[in-house]
Amino acid sequence: MSLTLEHIERTVSGERHITDASLTLESGTFNVLLGHTLAGKTTLMRLMAGLDSPSHGRVLLNGRDMTGVPVRQRNVSMVYQQFINYPTLNVFDNIASPLKLAKVPKRDIARRVEETAGMLHIEHLLGRYPQELSGGQQQRTAMARALVKDADLVLFDEPLVNLDYKLREELRLEMRKLFHSRNTIAVYATTEPGEALALGDTTTLIHEGRILQSGPSDSVYHHPETAEAAALFGEPPINLLDVEVRGSELVIDRTTFPLPTTLATLEEGRYRLGIRPSHLGLAPMGDDDLEFRVAVGVAEISGSETFLHVENDDLELVLHLGGIHDFHVDDEIRVYVPCHKLFAFDDQGALVRSPTRSPNVPE
Amino acid sequence: MKVHNNKAWWLVLPVVALVAFSAIVPMMTVVNYSVQDIFDPSTRYFVGTEWYREILRDERLHNALLRQFAYSFSVLAIEIPLGIIVALSMPRRGLGVPICLILLSLPLLIPWNVVGTIWQIIGRGDIGLYGRLLHDLGIDYNYASNPADAWVTVLIMDVWHWTSLVALLCYSGLRSIPDVYYQAARIDRASHWAVFRYIQLPKLKNVLLIAVMLRFMDSFMIYTEPFVLTGGGPGTTTTFLSQTLTQMAVGQFDLGRAAAFSLIYFLIILLVTWLFYTAMTHADDKG
Repeated sequence: MSLTLEHIERTVSGERHITDASLTLESGTFNVLLGHTLAGKTTLMRLMAGLDSPSHGRVLLNGRDMTGVPVRQRNVSMVYQQFINYPTLNVFDNIASPLKLAKVPKRDIARRVEETAGMLHIEHLLGRYPQELSGGQQQRTAMARALVKDADLVLFDEPLVNLDYKLREELRLEMRKLFHSRNTIAVYATTEPGEALALGDTTTLIHEGRILQSGPSDSVYHHPETAEAAALFGEPPINLLDVEVRGSELVIDRTTFPLPTTLATLEEGRYRLGIRPSHLGLAPMGDDDLEFRVAVGVAEISGSETFLHVENDDLELVLHLGGIHDFHVDDEIRVYVPCHKLFAFDDQGALVRSPTRSPNVPE
Repeated sequence: MKVHNNKAWWLVLPVVALVAFSAIVPMMTVVNYSVQDIFDPSTRYFVGTEWYREILRDERLHNALLRQFAYSFSVLAIEIPLGIIVALSMPRRGLGVPICLILLSLPLLIPWNVVGTIWQIIGRGDIGLYGRLLHDLGIDYNYASNPADAWVTVLIMDVWHWTSLVALLCYSGLRSIPDVYYQAARIDRASHWAVFRYIQLPKLKNVLLIAVMLRFMDSFMIYTEPFVLTGGGPGTTTTFLSQTLTQMAVGQFDLGRAAAFSLIYFLIILLVTWLFYTAMTHADDKG
């Protein structure tokens, strides 16, 4: 089974929400839609579900045109950011509700509800009402309701956002397992690049209503087609430096470096170089590292990591350092950019070089 | 040891004073009247529970009470479902919303006696909109002489006047349901009935409780409209409790009996309202 969007557009009262979106999702895969708030993730999901119909373009399921088919006649389910359950029904009846509406025989309903509740570890809560459950349990109930009916398409619209950190980790892990052996197309919208890498078989990057790039998650991460895509897929976002290649020199504003060998293939001209915050270092890591003298702006310490914001007159960088580092504002430090980790984008923003990856070295 | 002080009493005092003047003092005056037979301010006799016993045995009041219950329950039986239906069929967004809200508010802005007068005219057989229409259709309608017609007219008048209130309350309740619930129901392929039963009705429970109590209390105390429209007639068909009370108190100047009657009237309203409240909040506990 596969879901295909063909040149989808959605315009609401003169405002374009989705622009020329084409995408194919296969069954048995977990697909992440990654984008900022208001990028169009929810709109795209509503179009996939059939809650809205596109202004232009077609939605195909298994090659069959589903564009005008209303959601009631499709086999989809959806889990929302809010915990949506029927308030007057207990957990069992909540999970059973889609089956009852589909006129599944009673004996099968009980079996399937218990099975699904078991998968989500809420089998001991079947007699309770939604308002007697914690947020995590309510969301598990909502997920069970979405999973129980064996939908062709299951949509998750940022389902973990309203949960606390620990529960989010826990459910994220379970979701991978739940969909591992299912013949369903799962679509999961999130604003967090980390979730895309952890969950997604494929990742689709969405920005301002356009699909920037779509493909297997790690390939999208390691080979972003554009600077925009690279910036979107990473937290903190990738550092971008405007540079110029002049003969055998690399000019970054007023600083000139000898052109590193890894960038030797670049022709003369203007480029944007990208370097992920986690690849920057405080000590040289190779012979061809670019060295910058910078002043410390802010050091955010989060758990066991430090996000260090530094700047000088020419550039601003963010470093993602392991461990807790104690810096003071305006400390003068040196930052090293390993050249073999550089992405290079041309002046149109298209990727011209991505870092060479050696399979043995963990990223 | 814990130190106690009584400063908080000063904070309660304004409320106590206010309630004393608005409720306790007038109420005790009524209680005072109800146990005396007063001929003039200097000639008063203490009669104990005599008035109460008389009231409870009064055939005329029994009939008025039955009429009153029949009337109030008819009002509830029509206005509550009708109000819900109106609220459900109102648009959820767009230009229709303010238009509907204004149209619905209009009846609520009209004073009671004006409503009575409007329906007095509308129901007239010679020039009234409905009265004439019914006549032309060959229906012998006359609210001034036919008890059934009078009753139906008083009922329709109340429905016309107050269904808006129920509809507005329900509409506000429906508006508080996030769109995602409807979306989820559509995805579940829930029928309209299921959406109403499992999503809308539970959300409406609280506003319905208020609507039922308000409409019950109001209709149980109805006075002006039937007084203007029919004067309680024909005969005593539309003479409800409050009108009976007024006749007794200011018509016959039977203060002691009227006072006892008021207190019983008050207790009945309190009791029935409490029953509604308990029944509806209890239903909420169960699910």
